[in-house]
This record gives sequence, structure tokens and C-alpha cells, in this order.
Amino acid sequence: MDVILFLIFAIIAVVCAINVVVQSHPISSAISLVGVMGSLAILYLLLGAEFIAAAQVIVYAGAVMVLFVFVIMLLNAGAEVRKGRSLVVQLLGVPLLIAFLALVAYFVQRLFPSSVTVRFGGFTGGTAQAIGRALFTTYLLPFEITSILILIAIVGAIVLARKEMD
Amino acid sequence: MSEIPISWFLTLSAVLFALGVAGFLFRRNIVTVFMSIELMLNAVNLSFITFAYYFKRVDGQLFAFFVMVVAAAEAAVGLAIILTVFKNRATLNIDEVDSMKN
Repeated sequence: MDVILFLIFAIIAVVCAINVVVQSHPISSAISLVGVMGSLAILYLLLGAEFIAAAQVIVYAGAVMVLFVFVIMLLNAGAEVRKGRSLVVQLLGVPLLIAFLALVAYFVQRLFPSSVTVRFGGFTGGTAQAIGRALFTTYLLPFEITSILILIAIVGAIVLARKEMD
Repeated sequence: MSEIPISWFLTLSAVLFALGVAGFLFRRNIVTVFMSIELMLNAVNLSFITFAYYFKRVDGQLFAFFVMVVAAAEAAVGLAIILTVFKNRATLNIDEVDSMKN
């Protein structure tokens, strides 16, 4: 059951990720990216990270992607003009990528033999309670710094995007 | 067999990261390049959460949480920069935004 769930959503994630890269219109890429993020949220649930899964859907698939789609609409971004790439890139790009990934998969397989497995419910430490406790004790300083970072980002975004007034 | 080898999760993360790198290098639209960066951040998050499961500790999930928050801040500022670039140059093609080249 877990394996089937993993395979379904891993395949959806990979297909959507390929679609992000190959689609020429940015809005298609954005919709595919939402697909990647949604299926990753399911995989997070499988790994026992329920709070992160919820945050993934709310923050990433919700807030960030709405921002992206909003900007694409605002700029009226059209389809990308394809320019001729060099022959080396066209011929070797995809095979080299696949070879590299096969190498990575081989070494990951060797480092983590298939006896190390994931089972749904095998780790239940990802509840909102556990996350909150760690966030406000061990990771209090990074948490506060992050809030200041977000404040800076808000001010920076407003300063960058405002209309020039004299 | 109802248990998933942990290496599958890590391989999926590597595949998504590689696709993000490919999009970052090959795409010419600045918004799509930005989305490729988000794809890479998501891939790394999957690795973090897989290792949180592996070590049975919540710390990895907190790292993923911080990555998520920083990515949201980055998206806000980055998209504001894209808006400014578009306002000044009326293009989204990164080949035409090259004033630091010369």
C-alpha cells in the first residue's frame, strides 16, 4: 500500500517537474510546479511530517505559487522564444543528465541498502506540538531571526515594487 | 512488500533537484528560472524530511520549515525585482538583461 502510494505520487512529481522544465509558457510551468508541491506534500505525510505537509500546501502551493501566477498575469508573460542551442547541448544534455542520475541512484543505493525502509506511521514526531516545542526551545534564535528576515523581505519588496514618487 | 526503501526517497529528491538545475540552466524566461529555483528548494526539503525520518528526530523537519520560510521571503523579493526589471527594460528574457556583462 505504502509502496503504491509512493510510486503514484513520485511519478506525478517527476512528470510535473519535467513539465516545468519543458513547457514554453510560464503559466503551464507554474501549474506543473503546483502539482510537484502537492505530491511532495503527500510524500511528507508518508514520512510522518504532518505539520510540514500542511505548511507545504499552505505556504508553497498556496502563497508562493499564487504570487508567481499573479506576477505572470501582471507582466502578461508570453511563450518563450526558442533559440537554436548548440549541437553538443542538444545531443549530450539529456543522456548526460540520465547518466548522472543513474550514478547518484547507484551510490544512494549503496549507502542506504534496501533494508532501511520507510513505513507509514514509523515516525510520529512531526506533529505540530513537537515542531512547536522544538521551535520555541532549541531553535528559538533562528526562529526570531527568520521573523526579522521576513520583515526585511516585506519592506524590500514594497520598496522595489512601488511607484516612484517625488 | 509494504515498506519503501529510504533510497527511493533520496533518489526522487536527486531527480527533482537535477530537473531544477536543468531548468535553471536552459530556460530563458526569468520567471521560469525562478520557478526552477523553487523546484530545487523543494527537492532539498524532501531530503531533509527523509533524513528526519531516518534519524527519528524532528530537527530535519525544522530545517525544511526554515527553508520554506526563507523561500517565501525570497519569492517576495525576487518577484519584486522581476517587476522592476520588467518596468525598466520591458523584457523577461535573461539574455537581454546583461548590463553587468560589459
